[in-house]
Amino acid sequence: MSMGAALSSSRGVHTSRRTHDVPQPSAAGTSAAAAQGPAGQSMDAQEVAKFEAMASEWWDPDGPNGALHTMNPLRTQFARDAICLAHGREARTVQPLRDLSVLDVGCGGGLFSEALARLGADVTGVDTSATAISVAATHAQADPAVASRTHYQNATAEQLQQQGAHFDAVVASEVIEHVSNVPEFCASLVALTRPGGSIVVSTINRTNRSYAVAIVGAEQIMGLLPKGTHQWERFITPEELQEHIERAGAERIGDSGMVMNPFTGHWTFSADKAVNYIMSFRKPAEQQRNP
Amino acid sequence: MKGMLPHLSRGQLLCSYGRSLSSAAALDSIYDVAIIGGGMVGSALACALGRSPLTEGLRVLVLDRAPLPEVSTPLGEAPELRVSTLTPASVRLFSEAGAWDDMAPPRSAPFQHMQVWDFGGNGFVRYSAATAGLPVMGYVAENRVIQAALGKRLKQRTDFVDFMSPAVLQSLTLPAYAPDIQAGVQSNTLAEVGLESGQTIKARLVVGADGARSRTRQLADLRTFSWSYHQRGIVATVRTERPNDTAWQRFLGTGPLALLPVRDGYSNVVWSTSVAEAARLEALTPQEFALNVNQALQGGSMPARNPMLPRASSEDFAPPPTVFAAEGAKTQQSFPLALLGSGRYVRPRLALIGDAAHVVHPLAGQGVNLGFADVQQLVDALAHAVETGRDIGELGLLQDMYESPRQQENASMMTALDGLKRVFEPQDGLLASLRGLGLDMINGSSVMKRQIMKYAMGIA
Repeated sequence: MSMGAALSSSRGVHTSRRTHDVPQPSAAGTSAAAAQGPAGQSMDAQEVAKFEAMASEWWDPDGPNGALHTMNPLRTQFARDAICLAHGREARTVQPLRDLSVLDVGCGGGLFSEALARLGADVTGVDTSATAISVAATHAQADPAVASRTHYQNATAEQLQQQGAHFDAVVASEVIEHVSNVPEFCASLVALTRPGGSIVVSTINRTNRSYAVAIVGAEQIMGLLPKGTHQWERFITPEELQEHIERAGAERIGDSGMVMNPFTGHWTFSADKAVNYIMSFRKPAEQQRNP
Repeated sequence: MKGMLPHLSRGQLLCSYGRSLSSAAALDSIYDVAIIGGGMVGSALACALGRSPLTEGLRVLVLDRAPLPEVSTPLGEAPELRVSTLTPASVRLFSEAGAWDDMAPPRSAPFQHMQVWDFGGNGFVRYSAATAGLPVMGYVAENRVIQAALGKRLKQRTDFVDFMSPAVLQSLTLPAYAPDIQAGVQSNTLAEVGLESGQTIKARLVVGADGARSRTRQLADLRTFSWSYHQRGIVATVRTERPNDTAWQRFLGTGPLALLPVRDGYSNVVWSTSVAEAARLEALTPQEFALNVNQALQGGSMPARNPMLPRASSEDFAPPPTVFAAEGAKTQQSFPLALLGSGRYVRPRLALIGDAAHVVHPLAGQGVNLGFADVQQLVDALAHAVETGRDIGELGLLQDMYESPRQQENASMMTALDGLKRVFEPQDGLLASLRGLGLDMINGSSVMKRQIMKYAMGIA
């Protein structure tokens, strides 16, 4: 039914335009809508409410996040290969990410986090939606093997950065298009990565086709997503993404388009990056950590 | 030995076959795959999971009412009555799982030819392995031999598979099809298998391999469709006048009769017929029964090669061997014939395999091969899940990578066998001669023949 993950991402991770001089550890004292996420977000109340409502359907493959379910194995494979490459591991083995720490920025209900945890990683998932975090934590509880390797926090990437956290790999999937300050967000991703670690970002390109698929198709014609879920102007081209991340100090390793067959719902890697794409980066080992 | 049990490793403890396991500590843990039923298909799944480095990391449990049989029929003794035809695809599965050596000849018999012909008409079709460039078309093995070989292999793999017996399934708790956050319902809670002993086992995936009357299927509330052929199959072990290297199948007015080579010069008869005729045949002495088989195989008119068809592409009809009662063999026995299919093979954290999912007419010896093909598909699906971090009990995975491809395949085989059976239903005159013509044309067309043969051999 759905036309691609271009229409299904409803991640609620947002960076602030403000500086992070005074990070707020909790949402206490903020407005009702903003109270659903930690301080530091720049999303308006209506948007937050939209994402909160959708968060309860994260794990329904027939729900609004259906395309994320079908895309999940593909992005997991890409991330697995990229992380294994950076850490010199054999990818097609049992739990190839064993003992590696991975940060999933904008984890939503935990689809990506759980898959990475099953591959052996110790995953920290952060999201600005309190409901999503609660859904993710509850879902993980069903299987002790997943629960023991996933840790969810209602936080932003910037807040983790302030805490001085570092990870062997950082992933941000279907998130960056909702972020208000992309350069700052990219800098956080790189800062949160240990030297020698990898960064994987997937998002939607800003092309005529992505406008047709994500905005006109998904929101206006099909009504699969609430209007305004995506703002096309905020979509980022692969060139822009590469530039932002490289400026923050990591180098591009590889990328791929991801295309969904609208009839079968099956996703495949493709040279076509006009709508959905995924890109991996590596933070040089010799680079000094941020103090 | 018993006093030492608490000091033994998990594998040793649980693999003490034939007695209930009382150590609760060993059962507290979660299994990745809990296989209900340690029959041919269930054991094959456990063995096959140990074949790939990806699925070898899974924790597998096989539970059954009865201990895992480890003993083959001794060579030299007459073979058991129940045999299976193993396609090259099934043989490959067993080889890879490390279980083929104990089923290979002399424990089983290869066949190089397959011949199908009609009692009334002139039509026949004969296949040879050489036509397809293969050394054999398949093997016939006693079910007991297959079972014992798989059992022996499983016993060698206690590093990753546990066996629990006697274990009787009493309850099955599976997660909901879809989550409902408001109601606090999740679709990924672990499956719980409750046993009559009061023990509970948690698993990420439960596999129902408990046969046509699957209790697992029943508890999972999966509906079936079925119909009876109003026929019974009679099985018998016989001797042949000369060595047999052909799977013979003749369509009689009352149903098909198959003569398959087993081992040590024995052959197996599978005769599908009316209920009344079956009762008569079952009551005969083995000598009288052999006489009836010979009349059925050699009576009527023997087909000749159709002169209209090109010589090069058609193989000549071969007369079937005369059979004799086998000394020391069990007397013939009959069983009801039916077709059964489960509407769905999967639910969240559940998959049905083998006869629990589908039962076909024993016409082409395909029944158990469909089960082994289920095994192959499910192992591939689980390997994919392990590799991509998917939950092995996830409905979407089971649907797309196991149920959908297998249901298509099984349905076409069920339709084909059922259709073939119906074509050869008791009748004569025009339809019988058309049937003869059809077989002739198949025999004359090398392309068509090869296709059908490959299909029957599981390599299509």
